[in-house]
Amino acid sequence: MSLAVNNDLDVKGLVDKVLEAYPEKSRKRRAKHINVLEAEAKDCGVKSNIKSIPGVMTIRGCAYAGSKGVVWGPIKDMIHISHGPVGCGYYSWSGRRNYYIGDTGVDSFGTMHFTSDFQEKDIVFGGDKKLHKVIEEINELFPLANGISIQSECPIGLIGDDIEAVARLKSAEIGKPIVPVRCEGFRGVSQSLGHHIANDCIRDWVFEKTSPVEGFESTPYDVTVIGDYNIGGDAWASRILLEEIGLRVIAQWSGDGTLAELENTPKAKVNLIHCYRSMNYIARHMEEKFNIPWVEYNFFGPSQIAESLRKIAALFDDTIKENAEKVIAKYQPMVDAVIAKYQPRLNGKKVMIYVGGLRPRHVVDAYHDLGMEIIGTGYEFAHNDDYQRTPHYVKEGTLIYDDVTAFELEKFVEELRPDMVASGIKEKYVFQKMGLPFRQMHSWDYSGPYHGYDGFAIFARDMDMAINNPVWNLTKAPF
Amino acid sequence: MTQVNEFPVSQNADKVLDHFTLFRQPEYQEMFKRKKDDFEFGHSDEKVAEVSEWTKSEDYKAKNFAREAVVINPTKACQPIGAMFAAQGFEGTLPFVHGSQGCVAYYRTHLTRHFKEPNSAVSSSMTEDAAVFGGLNNMIDGLANAYALYKPKMIAVLTTCMAEVIGDDLQGFIANAKKKDSVPEDFPVPFAHTPAFVGSHIVGYDNMMKGILTNFWGKSEDLDTPKTEKINLIGGFDGYAVGNNRELKRIFGLMGIDATILSDVSDVFDTPGDGEYRMYDGGTTIEETKAALHAKATISLQEYNTPQTLQFCKEKGQEVAKFNYPLGVAATDELLLKLAEITGKAIPASLKLERGRLVDAIADSHTHIHGKRFAVFGDPDFCLGMTRFLLELGAEPVHILSTSGSKKWEKQVQKVLDGSQFGKGGAAYGGKDLWHLRSLLFTNKVDYIIGNSYGKYLERDTKIPLIRLTYPIFDRHHHHRYPVWGYQGALNVLVRILDRIFEDMDANTSVVGVTDISFDLVR
Repeated sequence: MSLAVNNDLDVKGLVDKVLEAYPEKSRKRRAKHINVLEAEAKDCGVKSNIKSIPGVMTIRGCAYAGSKGVVWGPIKDMIHISHGPVGCGYYSWSGRRNYYIGDTGVDSFGTMHFTSDFQEKDIVFGGDKKLHKVIEEINELFPLANGISIQSECPIGLIGDDIEAVARLKSAEIGKPIVPVRCEGFRGVSQSLGHHIANDCIRDWVFEKTSPVEGFESTPYDVTVIGDYNIGGDAWASRILLEEIGLRVIAQWSGDGTLAELENTPKAKVNLIHCYRSMNYIARHMEEKFNIPWVEYNFFGPSQIAESLRKIAALFDDTIKENAEKVIAKYQPMVDAVIAKYQPRLNGKKVMIYVGGLRPRHVVDAYHDLGMEIIGTGYEFAHNDDYQRTPHYVKEGTLIYDDVTAFELEKFVEELRPDMVASGIKEKYVFQKMGLPFRQMHSWDYSGPYHGYDGFAIFARDMDMAINNPVWNLTKAPF
Repeated sequence: MTQVNEFPVSQNADKVLDHFTLFRQPEYQEMFKRKKDDFEFGHSDEKVAEVSEWTKSEDYKAKNFAREAVVINPTKACQPIGAMFAAQGFEGTLPFVHGSQGCVAYYRTHLTRHFKEPNSAVSSSMTEDAAVFGGLNNMIDGLANAYALYKPKMIAVLTTCMAEVIGDDLQGFIANAKKKDSVPEDFPVPFAHTPAFVGSHIVGYDNMMKGILTNFWGKSEDLDTPKTEKINLIGGFDGYAVGNNRELKRIFGLMGIDATILSDVSDVFDTPGDGEYRMYDGGTTIEETKAALHAKATISLQEYNTPQTLQFCKEKGQEVAKFNYPLGVAATDELLLKLAEITGKAIPASLKLERGRLVDAIADSHTHIHGKRFAVFGDPDFCLGMTRFLLELGAEPVHILSTSGSKKWEKQVQKVLDGSQFGKGGAAYGGKDLWHLRSLLFTNKVDYIIGNSYGKYLERDTKIPLIRLTYPIFDRHHHHRYPVWGYQGALNVLVRILDRIFEDMDANTSVVGVTDISFDLVR
């Protein structure tokens, strides 16, 4: 950490002022989630992974969103049943831009919505019988699906359906893996528990129960990409760098991923984790069970990409290490050109971030590479270990907000007046109305990829187009 | 594979390649092939091609239509989003979704993606403990927080399926919360039970509309007040509500009608970009809503969005009338005649002129539409209105499909089809989904599909052009700002259909020296 931000402002006073609007009980609870980062701090000093207070606009999702929406949904050659009423599957249908290659409806199913569409009688009498039939119909109509997952919506757990029994029985019948996932939305405090549950189900129902297709041969250079959902093609822009330094990416979790890749993951030499929050569980499991080490990396922005490539290469032989240097050098002219073009337009611009799993910290240095400053950041569903990892990236004086409510975020932005806000679709138009440039940092505002060197050029272009669009000069009428 | 890849760096600062072009570069194409060949263990290309062809066959269609349990790509959402939408059309109203919190994030996202506007709603954030003990405490604290922070004029409470399954009693909970001073005793907190496992978003709309009216119309002594000359109008769940409601108000102005639009989101979902964020703007006021009890009539523009609400209005002594998404010449005629009949106001010459201009426009363009075959999908009322308009244009509606459509609706559509020689061979499919429609489109082809953005997957698979004309439209901008109701609205719809037909013609005649003999300047 160096060069504090916000140091000419009374940010602590601002926090107190904003929290004044709450009834006392809620004010006390919310106060624990907001802090100003101190110099040399080991963590951000905020509480996390705690229930949102009722009656506010929290930006958080639920366990179903974490499992179906994030982890399982992008596995393209399986059919993921949104088991329960129609809504959860409808709203999570094609929303996250998890790019994949395949013939949709034939051998790939990523942009489809399958649901058991619960009716009142299913709630009263239970939905297991219907689930049997759903699986039979899927098996008949989609013979090339390589497996099925059952993503439980709220009522499943509440009415006590035995989806595990259905999965075991039907899996034996159709001869394909069927994975029951108890990711009901009321479980836990955010989508985070859904990630964990999804990981545990891969452990218990894929690693433990399925047999990988024959014909896979290991090499000493086998790695995996864990925790990249291929938003706008992110995993591809990452994979290409790993391949270029001479490694073999044997599995992508889970963007553009397949069941075979999941099954073969325990044959990797090392697991490379990008989104630590959503997939550290499975990496830890593979470390314990199969003795596979795991390494966190960050492919946002050239500084972090170079650091990560070196860190990854250091686990292999000298050839790989040399290759890493060559690859870093190979892309440097392009990176230099990107920075030369965009930094003059972005230098010193202040950004406030509010996103999910890894991005509140991982994207920070990509902004720094362009000369921009991060004056506030926070996570929707982080745990303590995320906040311990964050001070490495952000500067003293940064405003930190955990599970920030829409009310708080709006007030913070109004007072701190950043040059840009980087958050999600629900926040986007609020800040654009205020006349502030905005980028969606969940979905890259329908652009991307942002990972890797190729992605950095797009990131730089997009930040420039957001901040320097002439529309922001039109906000105030001349009359 | 331990050598540095010899690929060039395709990315460059001068012309940044993004996902549209980056992944078409040779280095990515080769990488995709390596991934597929070495790690995916998928099916052979031949097998995929074979199954792909099979999915387009009559045999597949028969199997597809025989399914009873799985629903694939439905044209419906769940009740709460409809209830939320209805509540948002009232002034200063904050929807409070009682139940698990993820749902609200989904509803807000969905509506935001369509309207490109902020969408405000809070959740009571119930989790496991509430599942066991009930959500009363969440209601008590939640209403207090929502009231203190967001300073609404009304909080409209609705449920998710979690709260419904555990049986939370909204009426009792709200009364309890008021006793605990979460909100003042006289603060309006209407509510609706909106289980996601009953009906769909259009039922949720109905439930909340009735809930809000019940809240304000409940006092029996009010019933003694004589009826006024005013009328009420309910639009239903409508992705074009911004444009449509404004068009309705313009028509009321021209006719001199004093009308209240119950749940008017036209300004709520269209706030200006002037440097100020308005969490609340526009909407039907509480005073107007209270006064609406004394209206002489309530008109619903979407029958299937309002059965309970209309019944309730009828019980309050109001005349009621219902339409099915009034789109086109005759449907607008009927609406205007009904308005004239109820209010006693004449239809002014200016509207007659508009009608004549619309008819003129149809006459000018009919040659391009006559005999073209269409598939229509969406909500039941939209499908009915669209089918009628297509028949008016001389187009042939062939497949009309709505997952929320009932047997009664199927009969209604069939009656519309049977009423025209252009409806021969057309059929309605209630309770069916877009995977059914895919089979229909392969086995009984049409020229165009009319529906929402989810239809783009059908367009890709079948190569049949999609015309986006209902909710949700995520991948095109600003459609919701233009009306589709009234004569002006019908003109907009006509232009949208024609534009697609002309674009299609140009695309089919653009190969130089091969097909461009018909690449005409004048069409």
